[in-house]
Amino acid sequence: MRSMLGKRALSSFVSLFVLIVLVFFLSRLTGDPATLYLPVDASDEMRNNFREIHGLNDPVLTQFGRYLVDLVQLDFGDSLRKARPALEVVLEAFVWTLWLALITMLLVTVAAIVVGSIAAFNVGKPFDRFASVLSLIGASAPDFWIAIVGIVVFSVSFGWLPTSGTGTIWHWVLPISVLFIRPFGLILQIVRGSMITALGAAYVKTARAKGVRNRPIIFVHTLRNAMLPVITVIGDQAAALLNGAVVVETIFGFPGVGKLMIDSILQRDFNVILASIMVTAIAIFIMNILIDIAYALLDPRIRS
Amino acid sequence: MADHLLEVRDLSVRFHTAHGVVNAVNGISWHLDRGETLGILGESGSGKSVSASAIMNLIDTPPGEITSGQILFDGQDLLKATDEERRRLNGKRISMIFQDPLGHLNPVYPVGWQIAETAMAHGVSKTDAYDRALQLMQRVGIPDAKTAMHKYPHQFSGGQRQRLMIAMALVLKPDILIADEPTTALDVTVQAEVLSLLEELQEETGMGLLLITHDLGVVAEACDRAVVMEGGRIVESGTPRDLYHNAQHPYTQKLLAAAPGKGEMRSAENGRQPILEVRGLTKSYGSFDALRGAEFDLHAGETLAVVGESGSGKSTIARLMLRLEAASAGSVTWKGEDILKKSPRDMAKLRRQLQMVFQDPTQSLNPHMSIYDIISEAWVIHPDILPKAKWRARVAELLEQVGLLPEHALRYPHQFSGGQRQRIAIARALALEPELIICDEAVSALDVSIQAQVIALLGELRDRLGIAFIFIAHDLPVVRDFADRVLVMQRGRIVEQGTVRQIFEAPREAYTQRLLAAGLDADPDVQAERRAARQHLTQTTGAPA
Repeated sequence: MRSMLGKRALSSFVSLFVLIVLVFFLSRLTGDPATLYLPVDASDEMRNNFREIHGLNDPVLTQFGRYLVDLVQLDFGDSLRKARPALEVVLEAFVWTLWLALITMLLVTVAAIVVGSIAAFNVGKPFDRFASVLSLIGASAPDFWIAIVGIVVFSVSFGWLPTSGTGTIWHWVLPISVLFIRPFGLILQIVRGSMITALGAAYVKTARAKGVRNRPIIFVHTLRNAMLPVITVIGDQAAALLNGAVVVETIFGFPGVGKLMIDSILQRDFNVILASIMVTAIAIFIMNILIDIAYALLDPRIRS
Repeated sequence: MADHLLEVRDLSVRFHTAHGVVNAVNGISWHLDRGETLGILGESGSGKSVSASAIMNLIDTPPGEITSGQILFDGQDLLKATDEERRRLNGKRISMIFQDPLGHLNPVYPVGWQIAETAMAHGVSKTDAYDRALQLMQRVGIPDAKTAMHKYPHQFSGGQRQRLMIAMALVLKPDILIADEPTTALDVTVQAEVLSLLEELQEETGMGLLLITHDLGVVAEACDRAVVMEGGRIVESGTPRDLYHNAQHPYTQKLLAAAPGKGEMRSAENGRQPILEVRGLTKSYGSFDALRGAEFDLHAGETLAVVGESGSGKSTIARLMLRLEAASAGSVTWKGEDILKKSPRDMAKLRRQLQMVFQDPTQSLNPHMSIYDIISEAWVIHPDILPKAKWRARVAELLEQVGLLPEHALRYPHQFSGGQRQRIAIARALALEPELIICDEAVSALDVSIQAQVIALLGELRDRLGIAFIFIAHDLPVVRDFADRVLVMQRGRIVEQGTVRQIFEAPREAYTQRLLAAGLDADPDVQAERRAARQHLTQTTGAPA
């Protein structure tokens, strides 16, 4: 198991490095920072000074080396707009996104497992059909539309919930509800299918022949086996949320990484963009390792 | 009439499927007494497992429906009992073990827990349940049982897994053990060990044993009485000796006639040039040798059988010869040229001369291709064999050659039975006009009567077309009837080779003797001799490997 995790960590590091290289060269492709940062009427001398100060006149490889050294020291420079270290700005926003993602995924996981399992025991019956329709709607509904309709209905018409921002627990309800829908629909389908397969497995027959009661057959024998494919999808969906729920955060004015990234792109705050990319990449990298560990804990065949 | 331990009366079960109603069993009756072993003998689709499923309440309704009958146990009709009452019997009074122990053990829990669970499900305390599990694991011969309790099913061998299933079934000393094809997936030597373990445990506990099998040899070896099933009905019943010597029903007679190992042995003609010479063929995975220094010849038109237990390296030989895997050392000379040194382009040309038929025709035929496409695909790859205009006629001819009809060409694999699918696989191999066909357990998955037909077909093709065969099999009676020469393999080595007569009548190596003694014969008298030979071997050469 340790060697497996080692291998996974190594391959994740390789992809992280590729990402680092890509980010560096792509940001060079967006044009000369001197043109972007300085006013249109800045003189050539000012531009040259700017390049000199920021080391933009050095050979590309030297710049790349410096960029790597800074990265290792977690030094992303200052945010140009907020005049604070970029990393600090990003981490502040990331905490919001992390909470949003964690709470949403927790609710999604519990709800999808419960509804999906019940649907699997009642294949073809009304509950199962209802759950299937529900999941199809959930998996295919566009979140920006639901977010806006949610605001119109619950905030504007009924006035039950705040339209945007943070402050009280009520501010979380709409963003979480909107983010909940799509992964719930998707994971529900996976749980259902996976449970149906596991319930038909030979070891379930053995358990019945042993005289094991229905409840342990479902929750001890079947669920753990059925969870294996589900975990992969949960990881996938959680990664998407960690990436910053760009649309939903923007609509609800939620101060997470997604909104920060959009704002920074509009304001050309490159250091913050870079720091956000790195922070979310590392978070996803850590989460993938957690998924691997969960997998190995659930399935002894992977451990050996 | 409540004298019997278990009695099934006039049981009928049907299943509602997408293709209509299937009557799985029709009014069958049988009984089992304490300390007795009853065999239910039948081929696939005969309904032999259905009554067992009905006893264990394992038939899902729907799609299943029990339309008539009684199952009397302990003065109670199980079919009238509640689910909870029946759950209390399962595992405690009546237990069951299955054919495929790997699939029937839960992959994610330690085996010790799974065995203890049987006891815990019936109210035994956790410590007590684990104690019993440990005792049973020791009793069924799991080495180092204390450590083994914490291991998972995939960490055991096939034979050990079946022993674990037995331990799991017997934790609460049930009155009845139902064993559904308990040894079918096991090697012959392991099969003999598992059957004798069941017999010992039965003597210790006095339980009634219901043995469901397709194998006449298992009936001859282990059963006191047997019922023969065909198409959901019991066609005949009696002691194994009665059934063997005085079979009344044509179906029983057909089964007995199909049982291999009775025909005239072939005598190899010598003096022909070898077409294939294998020298020093070796395959290593790290420090483990799957095959070590294999050396043998094959002559034109000859059938060479490769026998041995699983893991002995039988299939490795075939895979290396066809370069499905790279050999670590050695040479395979086909008509004077080393196959292992050929360029990929030359190898592609050579492949048409060397064809393979696999064990599982369901998996080796593409389900989305019609039979015509499957057979003619060979000519797409090797266009020089046949101009396209003649394909249709040739496919029809090949299908007739393997005993199918020309109009079958338009159908798809799922529309055929297992035996028919294997014929299609053979037709596909023949399409390339090969000089050598390697059959890797090609008849192992088939019912006895179908097996006999496929073997007869292969023999006919051999005689008519002069094709040489390498016949990999674990089933010795089939080998005895079909092969000219035999290689016996053990742990990656060829331990003995000779003509079929030498191997079967005067085996030199102890391993070969053990293999032969472990084989099961349909004749109870032959079986008694083998049993004596087996005991003798165990006494003289120590415990079986």
